[in-house]
Amino acid sequence: MNTKRAPFNFFKWIQSGKVNRRLCVVTFMLAPLLLLLIFTYIPFLKMFQFSFYDMKYIGARKFVGLKNYSEVFSRKDCFQALKLSGYYIVASFVQLAMALWFASVLSFKVKGGGLYKGFMFFPYLVCGIAVGFIFKFFYTRGFVLDTVLQWVGFSQESLPYWLKDKSINNISIAATSVWRYMGQNMVLFIGAIMSVDSTLYEAAAIDGASGFNKFRYIVFPSIKTIIVLNMILAITGSLSVFEPPYVITGGEFGTGTYFVIMNKLAHESQKVGLASAMAIVLFGLILLATMIQKFGEWYFLGVGEQEAARTIRRNKKLKKQYEQQQRANRTEGGDGI
Amino acid sequence: MRQLNIKKNLWIFIKYATLIMGSVISVLPVIVCVITAFKTPEEYATTSVMTFPASWSYINNFTEAWQKANMGVAFRNSSIILVFVLFGSVMTGSMLAYVLSRFKFPGNGLIRNLFLFASLLPGIAMQVSVYQIMYSLGWINSLTGYIILMCGTDVMSIYIFIQYFENIPTSLDESAIMDGCTYFGVFFRVLLPLLKPAVITVMILKGVGTYNEYYAANLYLQDKNRLVTVATSLFKFTGPLGNQYNYICAGVIITMIPALLIFIICQKQIYSGLTQGAVKG
Repeated sequence: MNTKRAPFNFFKWIQSGKVNRRLCVVTFMLAPLLLLLIFTYIPFLKMFQFSFYDMKYIGARKFVGLKNYSEVFSRKDCFQALKLSGYYIVASFVQLAMALWFASVLSFKVKGGGLYKGFMFFPYLVCGIAVGFIFKFFYTRGFVLDTVLQWVGFSQESLPYWLKDKSINNISIAATSVWRYMGQNMVLFIGAIMSVDSTLYEAAAIDGASGFNKFRYIVFPSIKTIIVLNMILAITGSLSVFEPPYVITGGEFGTGTYFVIMNKLAHESQKVGLASAMAIVLFGLILLATMIQKFGEWYFLGVGEQEAARTIRRNKKLKKQYEQQQRANRTEGGDGI
Repeated sequence: MRQLNIKKNLWIFIKYATLIMGSVISVLPVIVCVITAFKTPEEYATTSVMTFPASWSYINNFTEAWQKANMGVAFRNSSIILVFVLFGSVMTGSMLAYVLSRFKFPGNGLIRNLFLFASLLPGIAMQVSVYQIMYSLGWINSLTGYIILMCGTDVMSIYIFIQYFENIPTSLDESAIMDGCTYFGVFFRVLLPLLKPAVITVMILKGVGTYNEYYAANLYLQDKNRLVTVATSLFKFTGPLGNQYNYICAGVIITMIPALLIFIICQKQIYSGLTQGAVKG
């Protein structure tokens, strides 16, 4: 019984199909998964843990149970700050409407279209800090905005302090976010509109469809999903607004949104526990909004190839009714004989 | 017929009027910055913000801003960061996408969902506890630490890569395997070269994002003399320099120039990259 076994060859073994395959899967996923673990999931769990403690970054910590959470809801400056999200939700809907308008104009032949598109998109590429300075300058008393408004006939005295006056400053700041992201939204919409089969537009043109009808029956259905997606993103994004107030006013004069306040608590007063609880609460809200969105998508629009749950149910109901009627007809007919 | 013409002309008028207005509003704040950056201190103090400077050759503001904000160091650091972050995230992103799109194994769907779920977590909030981790790893004030943090693969680039992989027929992999290529070989020698457009797209999007990133950079690279980046160099202008807008505007313009150049050169890739990333993500 001496079957000759080939000497074990490590290189052959490692290159053989199955082993090589597994090795490849493991090594290729190692780095990305490690990064995901270290910078997302471990911090997330830690944050959850922190939210039950009274602690600073360094030093002793004390378990306080749910005290941080009750503080989030009872403190004047925490949960109340979410009210400001209203401004940003309105702003992002204005932004979507503008983006939709410009996208549907620019998707068809327009003289200098590329130029307009470029001008309106460029703000998206400006660094957040730079945006902050640009608009601090823009809104300063007697500077850019005031000068322009004086050209059209307003007097300096009648104009408010754009960043200090509490009745208007949140609108001023929300407007900067429209300035920055409208172009990006527009580019997304243009992409979606362009993905429509161009023969449809030609056919519509031959039939003499008006601009509005073209929009209503061809453009709109093709970008319905992306619009809904962006509306949901607008809501979750508005809950977690951070950058515009952080870089322009630093959260002064009643412009501190939820995250600006969280950031202050975490890194200035080092109330890490409270800040973590705030983050967890907001994350819960975002998750809730996303779940509602997923459900809505499934119910009203359908996922992927599948039709909307609403239509499926309606069709089922109709089919059932039809069958019942048929059966009734048949029995009626039977009685007749 | 005449009425139709009026309607049509009105439509064209509205179209161009809104386009011009949109563009003016988009560029006006930046244009004013450019104007201000070229003004001498006297001009800045005496003339209205909207009047042009007497001469466009006064560049003292730019040199001042460059020195005050330590921008030489900033550009060096940002270049180093960009090179490593782009290399790192393109490699990790494309490797992950290769595995997820080409191999069926238990956990494939789970991993996709883990990345998707991670993208829901608001990044700023996470920094509360990421800071603690960075601290315990000794990565505060470490360029390496910041680079590794920024390499964290984002869902958008993974999706862009997965989409590209799905357009490359698997028969190509199979025939390479038949010819005795290993799975590593398939990725590095066969697929990666074909992935070039996706790599360029991801590099541009990630590059712009990294170049403009200031929050984490400000938090983790605290030694501003040594570790300042282009984006965080602008923090220098808050505080006592906070109202010298002739310098500030010059600084802002300097930081904008690279992004503007990239935009002019790679407009098409930027547009298509954004669209691709958004369709699925």
